[in-house]
Amino acid sequence: MINASLKELASALDSKKISSLELTDLFLGRIAQHNPLINAFVTVDEEKSRAAAKAADAIRAAGNAGPLTGVPIAHKDIFCQDGWRTTCGSRMLENFIAPYNATVVERCNQAGLVPLGKVNMDEFAMGSSNETSYYGPVRNPWDTDRVPGGSSGGSAAAVAARLAPAATGTDTGGSIRQPAALCGLTGLKPSYGTVSRWGMIAFASSLDQAGPMARSAEDCGLLLNAFAGFDAKDSTSLERDNEDYTRSLYQPLKGLRIGLPKEFFGTDGDAATMAAIEAALAEYRKLGAETVEVSLPSISQSVSAYYVIAPAEASSNLSRFDGVRYGYRAPEYTDLNDMYAKSRAQGFGEEVKRRILIGTYVLSHGYYDAYYLQAQRIRRLIASDFDAAFKQCDVIASPTTPGTAFKFGEKSGDPVQMYLSDIYTIGVNLAGIPALSHPCGEINGLPTGMQLIGPYFSEHRLLNVTHQYQQVTDWHRRMPTAFA
Amino acid sequence: MAFTPEDVQRLAKLARIELGSEQISATLGHLDNIFGMIADLRQVNTEGIAPMAHACDVAQRLRADAVTEGSVAQRDRCLALAPEAEAGLFLVPKVIE
Amino acid sequence: MTWEVVIGIETHAQLATQSKIFSGASTAFGAEPNAQTSLIDLAMPGVLPVVNREAVGCAIRFGLAVGSKIDQHSIFARKNYFYPDLPKGYQISQFENPVVVGGQIVLQLGQGDDLVEKVVNLTRAHMEEDAGKSLHEDFQGRTGVDLNRAGTPLLEIVTEPEMRSSAEAVAYARALHSLVRWIGICDGNMQEGSFRCDANVSVRKPGQPFGTRREIKNLNSFRFMQQAIDYEVQWQINELEEGRAIQQATVLFDPDTGETRAMRSKEDAQDYRYFPDPDLLPIAISDEWIDRVRGEMPELPQAMRERFQALGLSAYDAAAVTASLEIARYYESALKVAGNAQAKVAANWIMGDFSARLNREGLDIEAAPVTPEQLGGLIARIADQTISNAIGKKVFDALWQGQGKSADEIIEAQGLKQITDTGAIEALVDEVLAANPGNVAEFKAGKEKALNALVGQIMKAAKGKANPQQVNDLLKKKLS
Repeated sequence: MINASLKELASALDSKKISSLELTDLFLGRIAQHNPLINAFVTVDEEKSRAAAKAADAIRAAGNAGPLTGVPIAHKDIFCQDGWRTTCGSRMLENFIAPYNATVVERCNQAGLVPLGKVNMDEFAMGSSNETSYYGPVRNPWDTDRVPGGSSGGSAAAVAARLAPAATGTDTGGSIRQPAALCGLTGLKPSYGTVSRWGMIAFASSLDQAGPMARSAEDCGLLLNAFAGFDAKDSTSLERDNEDYTRSLYQPLKGLRIGLPKEFFGTDGDAATMAAIEAALAEYRKLGAETVEVSLPSISQSVSAYYVIAPAEASSNLSRFDGVRYGYRAPEYTDLNDMYAKSRAQGFGEEVKRRILIGTYVLSHGYYDAYYLQAQRIRRLIASDFDAAFKQCDVIASPTTPGTAFKFGEKSGDPVQMYLSDIYTIGVNLAGIPALSHPCGEINGLPTGMQLIGPYFSEHRLLNVTHQYQQVTDWHRRMPTAFA
Repeated sequence: MAFTPEDVQRLAKLARIELGSEQISATLGHLDNIFGMIADLRQVNTEGIAPMAHACDVAQRLRADAVTEGSVAQRDRCLALAPEAEAGLFLVPKVIE
Repeated sequence: MTWEVVIGIETHAQLATQSKIFSGASTAFGAEPNAQTSLIDLAMPGVLPVVNREAVGCAIRFGLAVGSKIDQHSIFARKNYFYPDLPKGYQISQFENPVVVGGQIVLQLGQGDDLVEKVVNLTRAHMEEDAGKSLHEDFQGRTGVDLNRAGTPLLEIVTEPEMRSSAEAVAYARALHSLVRWIGICDGNMQEGSFRCDANVSVRKPGQPFGTRREIKNLNSFRFMQQAIDYEVQWQINELEEGRAIQQATVLFDPDTGETRAMRSKEDAQDYRYFPDPDLLPIAISDEWIDRVRGEMPELPQAMRERFQALGLSAYDAAAVTASLEIARYYESALKVAGNAQAKVAANWIMGDFSARLNREGLDIEAAPVTPEQLGGLIARIADQTISNAIGKKVFDALWQGQGKSADEIIEAQGLKQITDTGAIEALVDEVLAANPGNVAEFKAGKEKALNALVGQIMKAAKGKANPQQVNDLLKKKLS
């Protein structure tokens, strides 16, 4: 059961092989057993989970089940969940009980998905290793001395260790795709505006997008069906008809043009990673795809542009955490400004404070044009690069990460090293387009992922391409043996 | 690009984050490195390129002017989250105008 | 050499919407603390703003009323600063691409025949959200924060530094106050903070560059504005004349002392780090939308004044009857019944007896017991000599008391119709002359006053209804 796909779980529930309550208890049991080792879950509330499972069983008994009714899911602790502690990985929100549901959570609830708990993450989603969480690092189930990636590291580790069949994640610069790659999962960052940001605690508003993290493209499609779609509460939510993201899964890949950006396929890539990518491309060719060289001339600027824009937006988004209406307030202070400065100094971790200061600087008087506006202009150049490339190909392939999961502390002392490892994923967020990562090999026993990028609204196509690949390969079915 | 302790102090003050002197020098080193990484951005010729503030080029959707929210019950629920509250108000250290 | 005063005004006008600019909470005044807040107004983690269409409509309406350019691609920006009544740590405002660019307000300065017009140019007007309220009194050593007002839509209207005295500044504020109410975008209630002004004041020697300005915050009455500016100007002149430079500052006016003082909370040089709000997209304002707003716009006071002057009103009277849309509408409705020939008479009535009565009883024009149609009917009866002016006042009083539905009804019911029949008047004259030989003798002896006494007697006998002109003419004829 723990290795079953979402479709298989739904069918087992439908045929009464198992009830949602039993399934939920199975996963809650695994969480109790394994979470102390990997620290994927920050908050578990068995009673609430069981109540939701019972409700799902009742809906199924009444014949009103949808495709995912009764299937358990873990929510990244960035989503406000009514009545649940919602920490965003920060001391700042250690005691924050969300008074409302994020739209993603609301829609998952409506789809009958059973919440298993809140999963760990880099503090305010700022990090690529999950080492910045106030609640301690998450360990990679494939090697617990290594990071699971971030910021959706808890989501990735929970699914990889089979503590949850699926999870929600968010991706501002690669936070779904990178941990998916490092933990051997399939994770999709949808087109900006596809999934509502209402109730998702903002990091960088113009880049943030929620998406599914699961084991296969099919699972991701089913999850996206459950929570994507227009939401009037989010001004940046796009007014479009709902679509079935699984509609193209079975389409053959004959004639598919896979673009290979020459900037990503030069000589400086990690050899083992590039070999895994080449092997995956060979599979795609066998499936009828062809590869074409494309160019993204401005992509080398993407990390710089991102580390101006994202901290700028974050510095402003995080101003609301001031110790006045909710969240952490320092126990001692002299006056109002001291209360602010101490509460924020003690409530935020180092990486968050660093990014707030970067953002404050690039927006401040005299530097706005040189940094912030310049970064936004480069953002447009990068988006145009993708537009031009998609005239020559249907999807773009690249590694998701420069290497496999690294060891704790390996990069955390040097933020720049950490930031530069986002080079493959960041451009996609700047352009707003969809991309996913799927497992495509193992290097020294650690999973590695391939990133597929598509033009706006091509989620169904990316899932189709991946699904076809996953029909002829088994990387996505492998699991860390310690958690079998 | 080299930050001075005064630069860092000014930013910390603007951002309302207390930094001790050790933290200032550590932060200073990190900021130097990060802005060293970002420096290449300033060399790019972007003449005639319009800044891109949003991922997609659409217009703001507008809401009908209708009262749909706000109640004492909701206020009380939110006020319960506050570090300090009384008589329906959030309390903060005395503000002198 | 004397000092020249330079004043620019920034006004925050609360837009007359039901709900807040970015949330569905009510904007009504006076609710229980924080009970009119949505999750958005409380800046809960994860919440997002959505723009109220009506707030944008109000801004467009204002822009059209003052002849501005409407930016059809207007942008919301974040203004970043920390304050307990600013829940997000930033205010959503507009920086680049405000919705209203340029425009003019025309002021009338002076009285009567000395009335002159002055044009004040507007720099811009932009939409923004109001902050909450900090209450400093009730909690020992603590400040209480009420966010009911947070998120209320405001239009901030900014002038060029073109006013040269406190009187001009007040005239501008009054004209703007009248206009925003005229076009229905703001209730103008200054006590409740719906219309508040900040005055940027500096002084200089004529011909010199602008001096350093100090900003007087939150002036919520015209009288305080005048007092505050006068005090501030004198203070700045004294400083400069004693050789001290003016430091740029934000100051508050204390009505109790009549003085201004620098605000402590604004001591730091601010760096607001404006940037386009990533949660909000550009507002597209179509030509159709602008045309629709234009179509719904009431006739503007300037146009109305010109029309009334063409009917024979002086500039001063025309300004007086267009002091507010309510007065102007009242005047127009009365005139419609009385006839355009009575333009001046109707203006006199409204600015005279009618206003005096409203004042005396503390009533708004909307609550006046006499409708404009009733007043117009009354003026028409005076004009066609059905009644005299004096009886007119009596009829007005009766209308005010609700003694009849129209002037005609009262005239009829109370028998107030003027006696114009020469025979009837002659009979009265003869009667009075016969009964008052003393007065007649005095008059004939050269005492002009005796005539007035006779007229009084005749009018009394006629119960005031005799046509006074006819009475005079007949009397003189009989006595000559």
